[in-house]
Amino acid sequence: MKFEKNNYKRYAKQHARRSPLGKNCLAAFLSGGGVCAAGELLYHLFSGVFRLSEKESGLCVSLVLIFIATLLTGIGVFDRIAKHTGAGTLVPITGFANAVASPAIDAKSEGYVLGVGAKAFTVAGPVLLYGTAAGAVWGLIFWLTKRG
Amino acid sequence: MELTLSLCKAFLVGGLLCVIAQILIDETAMTPARILTLYVTAGVVLGAAGVYEKLVDFAGRGATVPLTGFGFAIAEGVKEAVTEQGFLGIFTGPLTAAAGGTCAAMLFSLAAALCFSSKPK
Repeated sequence: MKFEKNNYKRYAKQHARRSPLGKNCLAAFLSGGGVCAAGELLYHLFSGVFRLSEKESGLCVSLVLIFIATLLTGIGVFDRIAKHTGAGTLVPITGFANAVASPAIDAKSEGYVLGVGAKAFTVAGPVLLYGTAAGAVWGLIFWLTKRG
Repeated sequence: MELTLSLCKAFLVGGLLCVIAQILIDETAMTPARILTLYVTAGVVLGAAGVYEKLVDFAGRGATVPLTGFGFAIAEGVKEAVTEQGFLGIFTGPLTAAAGGTCAAMLFSLAAALCFSSKPK
């Protein structure tokens, strides 16, 4: 079989790329959906059984998921799970919690100020900066349109 | 029955939001940090446009647990703060809305850093 440049590219793509992408997407769908469904179950627990308000229940769901993700990160299990689940554990709030906890724990040897304190925000920093900035821009637009 | 349906909706929408991120990671080699930043910002934009609210009404935690939901909470919080405080709400709104999740992640991570050491990879 003769490989020209383009043929080879297509050949490689067909044989190497397609199956991992499909598999990764399925894993992300099942695990990410699972985390969200678990959140929904917790939400019903907080709002139905403990009679918390909509807002309080939502916050409690986040607190529980963040706690579990941080604990799993601490005992070294989160990375092993995330290897298989990919975006399925990254995109839910569990991924945010892991992104704060993991570099903080890793940087312990560099001290508590510039190690743990600074590295905790390696990923959370950009998330908060751009989230806050986008929020403030929206706030300005909302303020202007409300006046006009 | 109602519970089962809401769990299925949360699973479906939450799962699909993760699949979009997985495709971005595999096809464009975006780093997790970029994905999370993109998702939060997208959540703010979709929240401001009034689109994300409909997704939350439909999918509940399927829409609020992914990081786009964090952005949506920021957009909603800003709106509330500006309504109550006017111009100053632009400054107090974003972080007030993000306070619960951010504070929890910071505190739990500090505790984890005190209790655990990194495992050899």
